[in-house]
Amino acid sequence: MGVGIEVQRLNAWFGKNQALHDVTMSIAANHATAIIGPSGCGKSTFVRCLNRMHETLPEATVAGKVKVGEQEIYGNGTSAVQIRRRIGMVFQKPNPFPTMSIYDNVAAGLKLNGFHDRGKLDEIVERSLRHAALWDEVKDDLKKKSGASLSGGQQQRLCIARALAVEPQVMLMDEPASALDPISTGKIEELIFQLKEHYTIVIVTHNMQQAARVAEFTGFFLLGHLIEFDKTEKIFTNPSDKRTEDYITGRFG
Amino acid sequence: MPNNQHPFAVGDRIPAVGWFRRFKDHLATFAAVAAVIIVLAPLVAIFVYLVYKGVGSINWAFLTQTPKPVGEAGGGMANAIVGSVLILAIASAIGVPLGIGAGVYLAEYGQGKFGKMIRFTADVLNGVPSIVIGIVAYAIVVLRQKHFSALAGGVALAIMMVPTISRTTEEMLLLVPGSVREAAYGLGIPRWRTTLSITLRTGTSGVITGVMLAFARVAGETAPLLFTAFGNQFWNLNVNQPTAALPLQIFNYAISPFDEWHRQAWAGALILIILIVGSVAALRVVSSRGMMKGAG
Amino acid sequence: MENRSLQMPDLHRDKDISPSRLSIVRSPSVIRPTSDFRIRLADGTFHAAMLACGGAVVALLALIVYELVSASGLSIHAFGLKFFVSQNWDPVNDQFGALPFVYGTLVSSLLALIIAVPLSVGVAVFLTEMCPRALRGIISFLVELLAAIPSVIYGLWAIFILVPILRLHVEPWLSRYFGWSGLFEGAPFGIGMLAAGVILAIMIIPIIASITREVMTAVPRQQREAVLALGATRWEMIRVGVLRNARAGILGGIILGLGRALGETMAVTMVIGNRPEIARSLFAPGYTMASVIANEFSEATGDLYLSALVEIGLALFLVTIITNAIAQLLVWSITRGTPARANAQ
Repeated sequence: MGVGIEVQRLNAWFGKNQALHDVTMSIAANHATAIIGPSGCGKSTFVRCLNRMHETLPEATVAGKVKVGEQEIYGNGTSAVQIRRRIGMVFQKPNPFPTMSIYDNVAAGLKLNGFHDRGKLDEIVERSLRHAALWDEVKDDLKKKSGASLSGGQQQRLCIARALAVEPQVMLMDEPASALDPISTGKIEELIFQLKEHYTIVIVTHNMQQAARVAEFTGFFLLGHLIEFDKTEKIFTNPSDKRTEDYITGRFG
Repeated sequence: MPNNQHPFAVGDRIPAVGWFRRFKDHLATFAAVAAVIIVLAPLVAIFVYLVYKGVGSINWAFLTQTPKPVGEAGGGMANAIVGSVLILAIASAIGVPLGIGAGVYLAEYGQGKFGKMIRFTADVLNGVPSIVIGIVAYAIVVLRQKHFSALAGGVALAIMMVPTISRTTEEMLLLVPGSVREAAYGLGIPRWRTTLSITLRTGTSGVITGVMLAFARVAGETAPLLFTAFGNQFWNLNVNQPTAALPLQIFNYAISPFDEWHRQAWAGALILIILIVGSVAALRVVSSRGMMKGAG
Repeated sequence: MENRSLQMPDLHRDKDISPSRLSIVRSPSVIRPTSDFRIRLADGTFHAAMLACGGAVVALLALIVYELVSASGLSIHAFGLKFFVSQNWDPVNDQFGALPFVYGTLVSSLLALIIAVPLSVGVAVFLTEMCPRALRGIISFLVELLAAIPSVIYGLWAIFILVPILRLHVEPWLSRYFGWSGLFEGAPFGIGMLAAGVILAIMIIPIIASITREVMTAVPRQQREAVLALGATRWEMIRVGVLRNARAGILGGIILGLGRALGETMAVTMVIGNRPEIARSLFAPGYTMASVIANEFSEATGDLYLSALVEIGLALFLVTIITNAIAQLLVWSITRGTPARANAQ
C-alpha cells in the first residue's frame, strides 16, 4: 500500500541559485498527484528532493522537512540509499541498462539489495513486468534481449517494472511520457491508473491535459514557488490564483 | 498486485542497508584512494631523485663542455644538448610542415575514402614502437649514406612527429566553426586563402599546442636514435655525421660502470625533464586559456 | 481606380540609361577581379600540396612495411617460421632463434598489465566518481605527467632506485612467502623480469587510466541516476551503472596499454638483464624483442644477423598494429560521437 508524503517548507539550491522556496504540501496516499508549471519552475527539482536525488548533483543543497509515511527522509542519520529503495523513480528519458537483459534489468534493484533467491526472483520479475503491462510483449525474450533493444515506450515500461520490482511505496515520475509517441503515452497513462490503487504516485508533467487525465490532485509551480495545490478538477475549472489561471489558459508557459 | 508477503519491507519499517554493502562501499573508496597514492608515489620519487642526484652536478662546466675521456672527472654534456637541438631542428623541419599539411587535408578535404585511409594510417603509425621506426630510418638513410648521421636521427623523429601532428591539427581545425569559413567564402575569398589565412589563423593556438606536444614527445626519445644518430663524444654540427643527443648520452652513461658518468647521467636527465615537463605544463596553461577563446 | 503607390517605374520608357546614371548602384571597384582561371589554379595547387602531405602519411606506412619486409627477407628465407620457436640465439654461428625474446616480451608485458590494470582502474574511478572537484585538476595533471617522462629517465631511475629496492626488500620477501610458486626462485639480483614488469607497469598506467576515465565520463548521467534511484550505494552505482556500461572501452584501454608495453624499449633494456634465456622465475634476467634490437643492432656483423634483428622488428610491428587496432575499435564503440575530452575539469 502507498503512503502519504508531508512536505514542510522545502527549500532547494543549486549553488547560490535558489530553485525551491518554502514549498509545503500534503501528498495523498494511493492517489496520483500531478506537478505542473512552465519550464524552469522547479517541478523536477521538487520531485527529485522527494527521493534525495537532488543532492547527488554538484553543489546542490536542500533544507526543510519531508516525511514519507512515518519517516523523516532528511532526518539525522537517515541513509539516502535506504530512502531511494522505498521511493521509486522513473525518468524522462527511458534509461534501461543496455548491457543487461530484460530479466536482469528488472532484477537489478533486487540483486543490489542483496536478494538472490532464484525462484523468488523469477516470480517478482514476472509480477513487476505484469504490473508494468509489459509481460505479454517480452515474456519469451526475457533473457535473450537486452534492455536497450526495445522500443521507446517498451523501454519506459521496463524502467517502470524495474522500479516496481523493489516494492516502493511511492512512485515518482518525471515527465515519463514526454519522450514517447501518443500510443505509448496512452499506455503509460493507463498504467498510472492501475498503479494508483497500490502506490502513491507523483507525476511531473508539462502536459496539462495529461494531468487532468490521470491525477486527482495537482500542484502548480512557478519560479520555485508552489502557487496552488488542490483537486485537479478545481485547478482546471476554477483556480483560486490568477497566475494559475493564466497558465492553464495558455497566457504564458 | 503488491502483497504483504514481499520478502522485505514491511509497512513503514525498511531494513537498513546491510553492513556488508556499506563495508564494500567503504572498501572501494579506500582502494581507489590507495591506488592514487601508489600511482603517484613513483612520480614523486622520480622527481625527487632527479633533483637530489642531478642538481649538484649541473654547473657551467656541465653545460658547456664535452665529455672527458673515460676515467677523468669533469666534463659535460654540452655536445649532447646541442646535438639534440640539431636533430630536433631537422625533425621539425621535415615533420611539422608534413604533419600540418596532412592535418589541413584531413580537416578541409578529407571527408572521403582517401581521408579515411589517411586517418587510419596516422592512428596506426602512432602505435608503431619507436625502435621499429629507428630500423626504418636506418634502412632509408644510414644504409644509403653508409654512415650514421644527425640527418638519419632527424628523419626517424620526423616520422614519429607526422602522425601525431596531423591528427591534432585536424582536430583543432575541425573546431573552427563552419560559419567562419562561410563568411570568408561569402566575401569572395578563394578556398586556399581561406584555409591559410582564416581557418588556420583561427585555430593557430591549438595547432601550435599539437606541434609542441609532438615535439616534447620526441625530444625524450632514445630508441630511434640508437642506430641513426648513434651518438658522439665530441662536438658535431655536421648533419651528415654521427651526433650526440641528450637522451642517448643519458642512456650510455647510465649503463656504464663509472660512477662519474652515473652522476652526469642524473644531471642530464634533470635537464631533459625540465625542458620536457616545463613545456608540457606551460602548454596546459596556455591551451586551457586558449580553448576558451579559440574554439567558441 | 488609380493606384499610384503600386505603379512600377517603366525602365524601358527611359532611354537615357547609361552606366553613369546607374553610378549609385555600382561604384568603381577597388578590388581587381582575379581571373577565375588563376583562382582555380591556386586552389588546385593548394589542394594538391595538402593531398601530397596526406599521401605522405600513407606512403610512410607503406615505406615502413616495405623496408621491414625486404630487410628481413634474408632471415625469413633462412629460418622460416622456426625462427619464432627456436631458443638458439647464436650470432657467432649464424644461428638465430627468437623465442627467448618473444617469451620475454610477453611475460614482461603481462606482468605489467597485472600490476597496472587494478591501479589504473582505481585511479580512474577515483578521479571520475570520488574526487572532490578542487583536487581533480591537480591529480589528473600529475597522473598525465607520468606519461610525459621519457623512457630513458624511467630506466635511469629504475636502475639506481627501483632495482636496489627490489633486490634488498621486495624480492627476499617474495621468495620467502611465495617461493613455493616457482616464480620467485634464484638469487635476487634486482635486475630481471620482475623489475622490467614493474617499470613497464608504471609507464602504462597513465594510458589505461586516461582511456578508462574517458569512457567512464562518456557513460550518460541517466545511467548512474537509474542505479541510484533503485537504492544503491555509491560503489554499487559505479559498478553497475558505470563500469559495467564502459567495460568494452576499459578493455580497449587495457589492450592499448598492452600495445605500448610490447613496444617499450629503453626502460626495459636497462633493467631486464639482457640474457636470451627462458626461465620460470621472475627474478631471472630476460630479454625482449625491443631490447635485443636496441642492444645488438648497431653492432650486428653480417647480413643474416642484421636481417634476423629486422625480422624481430617486423614481428613487433605487426603485433603492435593488431593490438592497437583492436583497442581502437573497442574504445570507439563507447565514445562514438562523444568528444574525447578526458581532461574535463
